[in-house]
Amino acid sequence: MDYSNLFTVYSCLLLFVSIPCAYSNYVETKAGQFFSSGHTNNWAVLVCTSRFWFNYRHVANTLSVYRSVKRLGIPDSHIVLMLADDMACNYRNPKPATVFSHKNMELNVYGDDVEVDYRGYEVTVENFLRVLTGRLPLSTPRSKRLLSDDRSNILIYLTGHGGNGFLKFQDSEEISNMELADAFEQMWQKRRYNELLFIIDTCQGASMYERFYSPNIMALASSQVGEDSLSHQPDLAIGVHLMDKYTFYLLEFLEEVHPASQANMNDLFKVCPQSQCVSTPGHRTDLFQRDPGSVLITDFFGSVRKVEITKDTISLTCPVESPMQRSGSGDLQVETFTYVDQLPVAEIIHQIH
Amino acid sequence: MGLLSDPNRRKALTNLLTRLNTPICVVCYLAAIVWFMGLAFEPFTLRTYMSENAMGSTMVEERFSAGERALAAAKEFNAHKRKADGMPVEWLVKAMQARGLEVFTQSFFQKLPFPDENKERYMVRGTNVYGILRAPRAPRTEALVISAPCTPGGTNNQAVGILLGLAQYFRNQVYWAKDIIFLVNEHDLIGMQAWLEGYHHTNITGMEYSPLQGRAGSIQAALSLELSSDVITSLDLVLEGLNGQLPNLDLANLFYAFCQKLNVLCTIQGKLQRNDWDSAEGYTHAAQTMMLMVLKQASGRSWGDHGLFLRYHIEAASIRGINSFRHYKMDATTIGRLLEGMVRKLNNLLERLHQSYFFYLLPSLSRFVSIGYYMPAFGLLAVILLLRALDLWVHLGAPVLSEVDGVSEAEQPSSPGVLSVLTPVVISHLTGVALYILPVYLQDMAVEHFPVSETEAVVLTALAIYTAGLALPHNTQRLLSGEGTEQGWKVLKLTSLLYLAVLLGCTALINFSLGFILAVTLVPVTASITPHMLKSVSALAMVLLSPAFTIFYCVLIYQELMEAPVSLPEGLTIFLSVISQGILDHALYGSLVYPLLALFVYPCWLMFWNILFWK
Repeated sequence: MDYSNLFTVYSCLLLFVSIPCAYSNYVETKAGQFFSSGHTNNWAVLVCTSRFWFNYRHVANTLSVYRSVKRLGIPDSHIVLMLADDMACNYRNPKPATVFSHKNMELNVYGDDVEVDYRGYEVTVENFLRVLTGRLPLSTPRSKRLLSDDRSNILIYLTGHGGNGFLKFQDSEEISNMELADAFEQMWQKRRYNELLFIIDTCQGASMYERFYSPNIMALASSQVGEDSLSHQPDLAIGVHLMDKYTFYLLEFLEEVHPASQANMNDLFKVCPQSQCVSTPGHRTDLFQRDPGSVLITDFFGSVRKVEITKDTISLTCPVESPMQRSGSGDLQVETFTYVDQLPVAEIIHQIH
Repeated sequence: MGLLSDPNRRKALTNLLTRLNTPICVVCYLAAIVWFMGLAFEPFTLRTYMSENAMGSTMVEERFSAGERALAAAKEFNAHKRKADGMPVEWLVKAMQARGLEVFTQSFFQKLPFPDENKERYMVRGTNVYGILRAPRAPRTEALVISAPCTPGGTNNQAVGILLGLAQYFRNQVYWAKDIIFLVNEHDLIGMQAWLEGYHHTNITGMEYSPLQGRAGSIQAALSLELSSDVITSLDLVLEGLNGQLPNLDLANLFYAFCQKLNVLCTIQGKLQRNDWDSAEGYTHAAQTMMLMVLKQASGRSWGDHGLFLRYHIEAASIRGINSFRHYKMDATTIGRLLEGMVRKLNNLLERLHQSYFFYLLPSLSRFVSIGYYMPAFGLLAVILLLRALDLWVHLGAPVLSEVDGVSEAEQPSSPGVLSVLTPVVISHLTGVALYILPVYLQDMAVEHFPVSETEAVVLTALAIYTAGLALPHNTQRLLSGEGTEQGWKVLKLTSLLYLAVLLGCTALINFSLGFILAVTLVPVTASITPHMLKSVSALAMVLLSPAFTIFYCVLIYQELMEAPVSLPEGLTIFLSVISQGILDHALYGSLVYPLLALFVYPCWLMFWNILFWK
């Protein structure tokens, strides 16, 4: 008779016990998702490679991305801004101390708190590669260094004049796509990034990401090989083209993004279709391990700190997979790796003898 | 490999050369003429385009609006000019200072070798006034020049007015990267020469001038304005400078681009552009424009105040306002805007203009012929001379070959003595030197003995020496002991042909038009001259195609093309004044046409004249 009673009591008891378990499971799964992006800090390296007054638009491009990145939370200490020429204070600028992105002078992207880390003739291929790989002289100040670690998501934005397989730095040198790919590989081997987003706005930009071979890199370019990226609008009062088409629409897109927005990379790929841009923007995601649809814009463009308050303890599992067990005998020869001596003085002296 | 060293093949080649020489020469000559005339045919020309990236398109907003004020300033200038009877220096200095410029003056004095009857001046004394607009933020390393001449009478007042109006407008802008110099020069080219010499610390012409107190940096480009009426119907661009030098084509492209943007009618050589290139009238129009440019370039004169800038590697052009009987007129504000746009674009320059062509011909303002297209026309003419020389060389070598089979020792053809060949050369060049030095040197003596003015004395002395040279062959033959030989005139002709080829080649490289015109008249007669031709006919032909007559024909053709044809006596007067202008240009500005003709072309022609009368 009392079996039904007992049954209901038993089921209620089970229910009461399982709810906190379910809840903690739920929290644990949520915690699992919490660290799905795998990064803890954000960096940005924004480079404008051309000088001279008629390349105003490249500086405006870089400053627009700088502005968006700062607005979404990345602080100046985590941004390395390289501008090859000073357009705001150029003698030919009829509006000194401003750099406009739109012909009605709606948006002054120069603002009043720009921090340029590499300026003028300091923007060279060598300095750019040293910044990426971290091989800077000891006297370099912190503001000029990319102090990223293996949990950093880095946004790299390049703009200027380019061609099939190269990008021109300041009329005197070029960086090739192979050099760039090797630099990223060095960064990967030195564990200097978690994930990298590479955006380039030049003519034939897609050729620059063709050679990448390191994991966790996603790349976007404003035009395919054989196509030119076009500039957007001329401004008659200032007398130059103000921005490039791709970055103009990119800026428009980024202005809609706020730190809490859930816009993902697939929306970014849709920025500036051929009808607007005339050139065909391209992207490359085969080296990237996550699905682009699950990557938030703010993972790269912003410095978003996720905060969830919970009163329960959560046991966290390590998101990094342990290396697979090799089949066969357990006798593993574990090699210890050491760095090679950069200047093996002892050997050299020994050889001279 | 053995083509030239194998004697049999060599003989075959030389036979071919000898047989076909005259036909090839005739074909080359005709081809050269046809090629030259074909240059004006529109499908063979290229459309002009802006080559300089820094200047870009006409992407600039012109806001100049003070046209009326500029005209008021022009009227004031005219009044003060009349009162001062020359350059109103104090008024100009005050006016420029009131507009915020740093003003300086320069006085100069030049004594002409003989009075200039066209402009009625002999001892020229004047003052240049210039104001420097300092760029507000830029270092003072580069400058642009805008100039307007101060001419006596009621002309060019509006040019000075617009200059002052632009100065006032430019002073309020912050976007200047170069200093702008506003220059008002007196006595047009002489004043400009004095200013440029003072600016660059040179003294080519022996002028006396006071050193410049204020300087602005290396001049990148210059524009010279000539405007004599309140409203204009079209703007004319003048490009030809001293010694036939032309500014970079980008300057002309810039002017044309702005004329199109502001809907201003623009012309070159005073001729409008036509669209019907496939009709006969369209083609003749383009050919006429090109011929005018060729004639102007060949004269070696500077056809605007800008021409003297070019030797300092400063790209400069003159803009002349023309008021003709047309319905649509433009006011001073539009001209001001055009100049504002051009100067703003020149302001954007980072280096001197060098991307576009320096050597070109313009059949119209939107089409050009570059040096690669027009040089073959001259090349074909030079080839005639070289073919003739080769033919002569073969003939000179041939008797030696034939003698080998025949008698061995006796009857060696007497090789011409060096003296008999050198003498005509030396005497011709001495005549040339006399033609260069004596007219100016002997003018006082001529004025004493003959009732002529100094200018006429100089010109007539030059012509007299020229004609006296014609009598030379008879006299030099008397000097030589013995007779000249068959070999002698051939060697002389060979040397003369090579000399003429080198001379014309070098001239054409520097001043294509001059080289081409001289080649067209000199090459046929010199290539075909021999002592065995009919003396009277060939003498007449040679004289009619001599350099002096070439100048005369050019004068007649020029007048015809300018739609002001003259009769022969009038043409003769113009011809005499052209000679005096040529000598004056050389003395005042360093033009090289007169020395080239007197010291090199005329002696060369005399050497051929000697060949004609060889005994």
